[in-house]
Amino acid sequence: MYYNEEIETMDRESLRRLQSERLVHIVRYTYENVEFYRKRMDEAGVKPEDIRSIDDISKLPFMQKQDLRDYYPFGTFAAPMKDIVRFHASSGTTGKPIVAGYTQHDLDCWSEGVARCLTAYGATKEDIIQVSYGYGLFTGGLGAHDGASRIGASVLPTSSGNTSKQIMLMKDLGSTVLCCTPSYALFLAESIENDPDTSPSDIKLRFGAFGAEPWTENMRKELENKLGIKAYDIYGLTEVSGPGVGGECECQDGTHLWEDMFFPEIIDPVTLQPVKPGEQGELVFTTLTKEGMPVIRYRTRDLTHLIYDKCRCGRTMVRMARIMGRSDDMLIIRGVNVFPSQIESVILEIPEFTGQYFVTVDRVNNVDTFQVDVELRPEYYGDAMGKMLRLKDRLVGRLVSVLGIRPEIRIVEPNSIARSQGKAKHVLDKRIMNP
Amino acid sequence: MIIKQLSIFLNNEIGRFTEVTRILAEAGVNLQAFTLSEVSDFGILRLITDNNEKAIAILQENSYAVSTTDVVYIELPDRPGTLAKSIQKISDAGISVEYMYAFSQGNTASVVIRTDDVRQCNDVISK
Repeated sequence: MYYNEEIETMDRESLRRLQSERLVHIVRYTYENVEFYRKRMDEAGVKPEDIRSIDDISKLPFMQKQDLRDYYPFGTFAAPMKDIVRFHASSGTTGKPIVAGYTQHDLDCWSEGVARCLTAYGATKEDIIQVSYGYGLFTGGLGAHDGASRIGASVLPTSSGNTSKQIMLMKDLGSTVLCCTPSYALFLAESIENDPDTSPSDIKLRFGAFGAEPWTENMRKELENKLGIKAYDIYGLTEVSGPGVGGECECQDGTHLWEDMFFPEIIDPVTLQPVKPGEQGELVFTTLTKEGMPVIRYRTRDLTHLIYDKCRCGRTMVRMARIMGRSDDMLIIRGVNVFPSQIESVILEIPEFTGQYFVTVDRVNNVDTFQVDVELRPEYYGDAMGKMLRLKDRLVGRLVSVLGIRPEIRIVEPNSIARSQGKAKHVLDKRIMNP
Repeated sequence: MIIKQLSIFLNNEIGRFTEVTRILAEAGVNLQAFTLSEVSDFGILRLITDNNEKAIAILQENSYAVSTTDVVYIELPDRPGTLAKSIQKISDAGISVEYMYAFSQGNTASVVIRTDDVRQCNDVISK
């Protein structure tokens, strides 16, 4: 099913024309309205008239999160305040947050993006959609909410937290769709398993729309098995819009990006040059329709690759492979590049472990230490120490072969690794605190 | 005879054992014997109590991983050579011992033995 068949299945030549038209407009619009863009383009020696088609995009300068911080709060806004109808802010853990402003047209484009995703997963107005993303400054809650409203579904705005109430309402109202972060979904699934008053048949969920943090294929299997659902990726970021910049279709074979609104490129994060089609690198977005706070060649730091072949679902929109990390999340441990997502997928391969993990990196006597705490499933804790040590050895062996570096594994007590109700915190790098 | 032993998984951190003894004390569970073995990251606390059901319930309530294991319990006269004799029976029968712990009080020594085949061990040792 398509929400907007004409656009989602548009032939790529027509799509390119549409993208070109929109790029020409957005470049002129930002140049004329925002000092930041005027300055950057002038410095790069590019004028709006140099941009004639989407192929000219590589002439434009990049921008990154720091620019949004430097021009906080309104320095990159292109629309006057009378036209801004909503603010959101990113979950910045350090310094000022990133504030995004939206015009009504921006909100309409955003909710269309989410509506396209939900429709691709199979949602209709018959569904009860439980939105367990946080509501508020975070784009997850209201973003999913507006998209779900747009397809006419019944929205249950539980927001995040208060897990027992979430489960009660999920049962009593018979929610058929769950929108939240994958780590919170896993936490909900575990809570349902451990709830003596809830049996799997009480849960009517058909599928989940999970996003706002990177997750793995193994985590998908885990969520699908535990909740008896299909688990789909929904992708987005506050700087570009919010969730619904793209989403998977029923084929679960890559995340379609709605490139009529959000134009993706992949660059080498070191040389900043575009990579060859299909190669991995950093994802960069240009918003083609945004009015409130457009971004042009915004570096997301997400590492992935793009697939331009037509999908079996009939959509022509490019597909993004799973995000395999962030260029700034990457840990360099004893000189080796390590992504938390690699660790997670290895742990989930071994069924005796729960998916929960916590990585601690430190530097002792000038040597990096690399410790990973893991939990066993309850039935694998027991009297036989040897069995547990063998499980640990198996995990170490797999991690060494995948990462090329040996972590120290600690099996810890059940439920002792902190569960998050929003974005999961999986890493503590103490080297940053003691440089 | 064969009795039930509780095994509790503990993070190897200061205060974990204290915490368990406090929880059991508050529940009125008496410890008859225990042993603690540890590797670098975790330990297993093995307990013989006067009320396993209560102990399991209260520990699980406090999110501890508790399991029950069959072990062989014997009482011997507290004299040189009595343990050697019993152990000899086990090794003669080709039974391998995973761990054991013992203590003596008055004229009696109590021994807890965990083997790969608890039933056979119990038969052999009772002869």
